[in-house]
Amino acid sequence: MVVLLEEVRRIKEETLKRFEDLESLDELQALKVKVLGKKGELTALLRQMGSLSAEERPKFGQVVNEVRDYLESAWEDQLKRLEDLALQSRLKAEKLDISLPAAWLARGYQHPLTRVMEEVEDIFLGMGFQISEGPEIETDYYNFEALNLPKEHPAREMQDSFYITEDILLRTQTSPVQIRTMEKLYPQLPVKIIAPGKVYRKDDDATHSPMFHQVEGLVVDVGIRMSDLKGILLNFCQEMFGPEREIRLRPSFFPFTEPSAEVDVSCMLCAGSGCRICKHTGWLEILGSGMVHPQVLRAGGYDPEKVRGFAFGMGVERIAMLKYGIEDMRLLFDNDIRFLQQF
Amino acid sequence: MKVSLAWLQALVDIHLDGRALADTLTRGGIEVGGIEHLGKGCEDVWIGEIKALTKHPDADKLQICQIDIGTKTLPIVTGANNLQVGDKVPVAVEGAHLPNGLRIKRAKLRGVQSEGMLCSTEELLLDAALGGERSQGGIWILAEDAPVGGKLAAWLGQEDTVLELDLYPNRPDCLAMVNIARETASLTGAALHLPDWAQEDQYRGSSLPVGTETGTLSPIPGVAWTRDCAIEIDDPDLCWRYAGLLVEDVRIAPSPDWLQQRLQAAGVRAINNIVDITNYCMLEMGQPLHAFDRDKITGTVRVRRARAGETLTTLDHVERTLEEGMLLITDDAGPLALAGVMGGLQSEVTSATRRLFVESAHFAGVSIRRTSRRVGLASEAAARFEKGVNPYGAVATLARVAELLLELQAGRPVGLVDTQAYLPALPRVNISVRHTSELLGYLVQSDEIEKILRQLGLVYQKSGTEEFSVEIPSYRSDLRIEEDLIEEVARITGYERIPTTLPQGSQTQGRRTQEQEIRRQLRHLLVGAGMHEVLTYSFARVDQDALWGEAAQAIPLLNPLRDELRTMRTALLPGLLDIASRNRSRRNMDLSIFEIGSVYQAKSAMINELPNEILRLAGVVMGKTKKHWHAAETPYDFYYVKGLVEAIAWKFHLTFHYHVPERSEVYHPGRSAEIWLGNAKIGMMGEMHPLQEKQWDLERAIVLEIDLRPLLQKGGAGIRVSPIPRFPAILRDLSLVVREEIPAVAVNESMRKLGGILLQQVELFDVYAGKSVPDGYKSLTFSLRYQSLDETLTDAQVNKLNERILAGIQQEFGAQQRN
Repeated sequence: MVVLLEEVRRIKEETLKRFEDLESLDELQALKVKVLGKKGELTALLRQMGSLSAEERPKFGQVVNEVRDYLESAWEDQLKRLEDLALQSRLKAEKLDISLPAAWLARGYQHPLTRVMEEVEDIFLGMGFQISEGPEIETDYYNFEALNLPKEHPAREMQDSFYITEDILLRTQTSPVQIRTMEKLYPQLPVKIIAPGKVYRKDDDATHSPMFHQVEGLVVDVGIRMSDLKGILLNFCQEMFGPEREIRLRPSFFPFTEPSAEVDVSCMLCAGSGCRICKHTGWLEILGSGMVHPQVLRAGGYDPEKVRGFAFGMGVERIAMLKYGIEDMRLLFDNDIRFLQQF
Repeated sequence: MKVSLAWLQALVDIHLDGRALADTLTRGGIEVGGIEHLGKGCEDVWIGEIKALTKHPDADKLQICQIDIGTKTLPIVTGANNLQVGDKVPVAVEGAHLPNGLRIKRAKLRGVQSEGMLCSTEELLLDAALGGERSQGGIWILAEDAPVGGKLAAWLGQEDTVLELDLYPNRPDCLAMVNIARETASLTGAALHLPDWAQEDQYRGSSLPVGTETGTLSPIPGVAWTRDCAIEIDDPDLCWRYAGLLVEDVRIAPSPDWLQQRLQAAGVRAINNIVDITNYCMLEMGQPLHAFDRDKITGTVRVRRARAGETLTTLDHVERTLEEGMLLITDDAGPLALAGVMGGLQSEVTSATRRLFVESAHFAGVSIRRTSRRVGLASEAAARFEKGVNPYGAVATLARVAELLLELQAGRPVGLVDTQAYLPALPRVNISVRHTSELLGYLVQSDEIEKILRQLGLVYQKSGTEEFSVEIPSYRSDLRIEEDLIEEVARITGYERIPTTLPQGSQTQGRRTQEQEIRRQLRHLLVGAGMHEVLTYSFARVDQDALWGEAAQAIPLLNPLRDELRTMRTALLPGLLDIASRNRSRRNMDLSIFEIGSVYQAKSAMINELPNEILRLAGVVMGKTKKHWHAAETPYDFYYVKGLVEAIAWKFHLTFHYHVPERSEVYHPGRSAEIWLGNAKIGMMGEMHPLQEKQWDLERAIVLEIDLRPLLQKGGAGIRVSPIPRFPAILRDLSLVVREEIPAVAVNESMRKLGGILLQQVELFDVYAGKSVPDGYKSLTFSLRYQSLDETLTDAQVNKLNERILAGIQQEFGAQQRN
C-alpha cells in the first residue's frame, strides 16, 4: 500500500510540475489523457488495487479519487491559463491597417429630380394625398381650354408650346391632370391628389429647359378655404425645407385659379436674413397656387356652388436647384456622372 | 412697363421711396421686377464753365482747363480739342464712379495736376444725339442755359427712379400710367389726382349721335364734332371703335425737356413733338395712337380686311404684300396702314406736315397678333392690342392729345370723329360678405369690403348688409366674377391676413398605386445595384430613333426646338448612348446608367388621337468595375447586365426567358438576347453591334431596353410560401463535357426533368474550355441538390438518380462525364 501511495504522490507531483512547463493546449490535452484518461496512469494504479486488503482498498480508492479531483481542477486552471495565453498571442499577431479603403459595395445614385419628386410625393402621401398621373402628350382641351384658357387667350402666350397637330401638343403644365382626375373621380369627395410629371415648353437656357418637371396639387371638397391652402403648403414647406421655414402668399395670376397666389418660402440658406440666392429679399418663390376657378370645377364635373377647391404647382427643377445649390439647369440633363455621383 | 416715379407723382401722391413702393406693389400683386435709379453714376458730375484754356507745357495734344464748378475752380488736363473758353461741360470730380465704370482720381498728367475729368456723352452712357454738333467725338458741350455749379443729373431730369413692372396677362390696364396711379392709390391709400381726360368711362357715350350737326361741341373741350373725315368700319368684329382727332396748324419741333425726360425714363426715344405726344399719351392712357398726315388721306377712312395681293409700304420702307384678312386702314386710294401694327410710309408725318389725323381705335387683339406675327413686326402698339386695350379710352386719350398739342403749341385740334361699332356694356358683379369669409377662411366684415371697394374706386350698391353689387369700370377687364372681387378684397387687405388652417373634410389615406410603387422599387433596386439614374429629353433625332425604335410610329413635332430633335422618341437607348458617349469623351470611362421613362408611339399614321405612352427601362453599362485593392477589377459584360435583369425578375417574383435574337442591326448578333415574360417579348439586352459602337464612339457597351408594362401588371402578384424542408439535403457535383454550341440552360432543364421532384436545385457553377477539354467542346459543372420533404434520402437513392440523369443527358446531348 505504501508503495502504491507513494506512486500516487509521485504522479501527482510530477503532473503538477509538468503542468507548469506546458505551453500548448495540445500538450495539455495529451498530458490529461496520459494521467487522467481511461488508460491513464491513475486508472492503471486503481487496477493494481487487487493486491491490497479489503480494508485498504476503499482508503486507497479514496486517495486516488482525491488526487484525480485535485489534478482535474489543476488541469482546468492550466487550461484557462493556456487559453488566455493563446488568445493573447492571437490578438497580438492579428492586426489590420484599418486605414485601407473599404471594400467597394455597389454605389448607385438616384437622379436629383426623381429624388426630389419622391420626397415631395412622400410628404403629400403623409398628408393623405393620392398620386395621379396623366399623359404627357395632351389635347388642347385638357391643357388649355378646360383650364379656362380659351383659344387666343393672352395668357397662352406665357407658355410657348410644342405642337404635334393643331389640337394635340406636349403638355405645358401638369394642370390637365386636375381635369382628368376630377372627371374620373366625380362625384367622389374629397378629391385630394398630387400629379408629378414631365412638361414641355419651348425654352432652352441656363434657367429654362424645354423639358422639365412639375408637381401639381388639387384638393376639392365642401367648404375648402384659402386658409386650408396656406396650411397645407406651410406643412409641405416645413417638411421639405425644414421646420423653421415660413411661407408668405402674394397675389398672382393663373387662368385656372381665382384668387391666385404666388407662394414664397423663407430662404433656407440665410434663414431669411438675405443672401445671393434669395436676391437679398429673404424669400424664395417656390409655388404657384390659388382657389380653383369655378370654370375649372365645372369642366371637371363639379358644381362650384357646392364645392370649392385649391390647387398648386411647383417646379421640381427649381426645388432641386435650391436644395442642392445647382446654378445651371442644364446640368440636370447633361448627366455627367461626376455630377450624378454627388446625389 | 417702365414706370417713372416723377411721372407717377404727377398723378398720385406717393409718400414712399422707390423700394418701399416696389414692395407694396409687389405684395399687392403688381410685381416689380427691377428698380433703376436713373442718375446712377452721375452723383459726382457737376456742370462747370471753362474759364481758361492753355496748352500743356510738355504735351502737344493736352490742354489745361480752369473749370468753375460753382464752389471752386479746378485745374483739369484734357486731351479733347472741341473746347472753347465759356463752354459749359460735365465735370466728374474726384471720387466719381461713372456709369461706364470709370473711377475718377486726382492725378498728375505729364507733371501737371488734374483735379477731375471732363465727360463725353459716351462716358455717361447717354445718347450721343443729346450733345449736338460741337460735342461729336469730344467732350459734351452743354446748352448755354446749363446752370454752373448744378448737378448734371438734376439738370437732365435724371434724379428719377424707374420701376420695371412684370405684369400678369390679366392686368393689361397697368400698361397705362393712370391705372398704375389708381393701383398705387388703392394699395397705399394715397390721394389720386387724375385730370378729366383720365376718366375714360365719362367718355363712353361720346359717339356723334345721329343727326347731330357738325360743329356741336364734342366731349373734348374746345373741339367740335366734325364730318370732315368720314369713317367706315367694314369689319366690326375686328374693330369695335375708331376715333380720330383732326389737327391743323401743325408745327413739327423737338419736344420740351420734361416730356423727353419722361419718355426716356419709360424707355421710349424722343423723336419730335407729334410722335412724342402720341407715345406719351399711349403710355399715360394705354391707348395706342397713330398720326397720319391729313393731307395724304383722300376720301373716306375705312377699316377693312385686306384683299389678296394688296400691297403697302410701311414706315420702315418695306413694301409688303398683304395677306387676305389682315386688318387695314385704307382711304379711297388704297391701304394707309396695317391696323394696330404699323403705319404706311405714304401718309407718314414729316417736317412738311401741316394737318394731322390722329387715330385712336380699338382693334381685336387676335387679329393684331396674327398680322404682327405674319409680317414679323412687333410694335409697341401691336403688343398692347394683343394684351387688350380698353375700348372706352379712345376718345378720352384724344382729349389728352388735344390738351398736349395746345400746351406744346404743336398744333390746333379742330374736330373729332368717333365711330363705334360695338362698345361692351360695363358689367356688374356681386360680392357677398359670407362668400368672401368662407372662401378666404377668415371673418371679413361688411364695412371692410365697403372700404376696400371705395379704395379701389369702384362704384357699388349695397343690397342689405350682406351683398354688394359692383359696377366694374371699363379699365378693369379682369374683374368678371365674384371670385375676382374676393381676390381684390384679399389683396388690398394683404394676403398675410389669411390664417393657416387644414381642410376639415373626411380623412383620406395617401397611397401609391401598384404601378407607381413598382416603378419606385425598380428605381431603388437598380440604384442599389450600383447604377446611376439619368434623365434625358423625350425628343429624339430621327435617324437614331429609327434604328433603335419604331420609325413607323414616331410622332413628329410641328415646331421642334431644333430641327435635329424633331420627333418624340420611340426608344430610350439613343438618349442614353448620347450620355455614354459624352461621358466617354470627358474621360468618364466606366459607367452604368439607367433611365425609366416613356416612349411615344402613334396609334395610326394620321395622328388624330392621343398616342400610346409606353413606360420603359433602358440601361447602358460600359468599362470595368472599380479598380480596388480589395477585389479584382472586372470588365462589365453581357452576364453582368443579365444579372441586373435577373435581379428585376427576382425582385418582382417573375421568371424571364432568354432567346437568341433573330436579327438585329443594333445589337451584336452573337452577344445579345431577347427577354421574354410568358409568351411576350418584353425587351432586348446585349452588346451593341460593332458598327453602332463605332458610330457612338463606344467600346464594348452592353445595353438593355425593356417594356415595363407587363412588369407593372404582373409584378404585384401575391407571395405564397413553400414549406421549409425538415430533412437534410444531399449535394452532388457533376462535370460534363458537351459540344460548345449546346446552351447550358438546355442541359440544366433536361437534368431537372430527369431528376424529378427530389432534385430540388441544379446550379451551374463552372464553365471551362481549354486544356484537357477537346476543341469544340466545353466543360460544364453543375451542383445538384437532392432533398425530400418526407424523409432523409439515402446515398443509394441519390446515386440511382444521379446515374439516371447522367444517362439521360448522355443520350440527349452526347455529354460525357469529366473526371
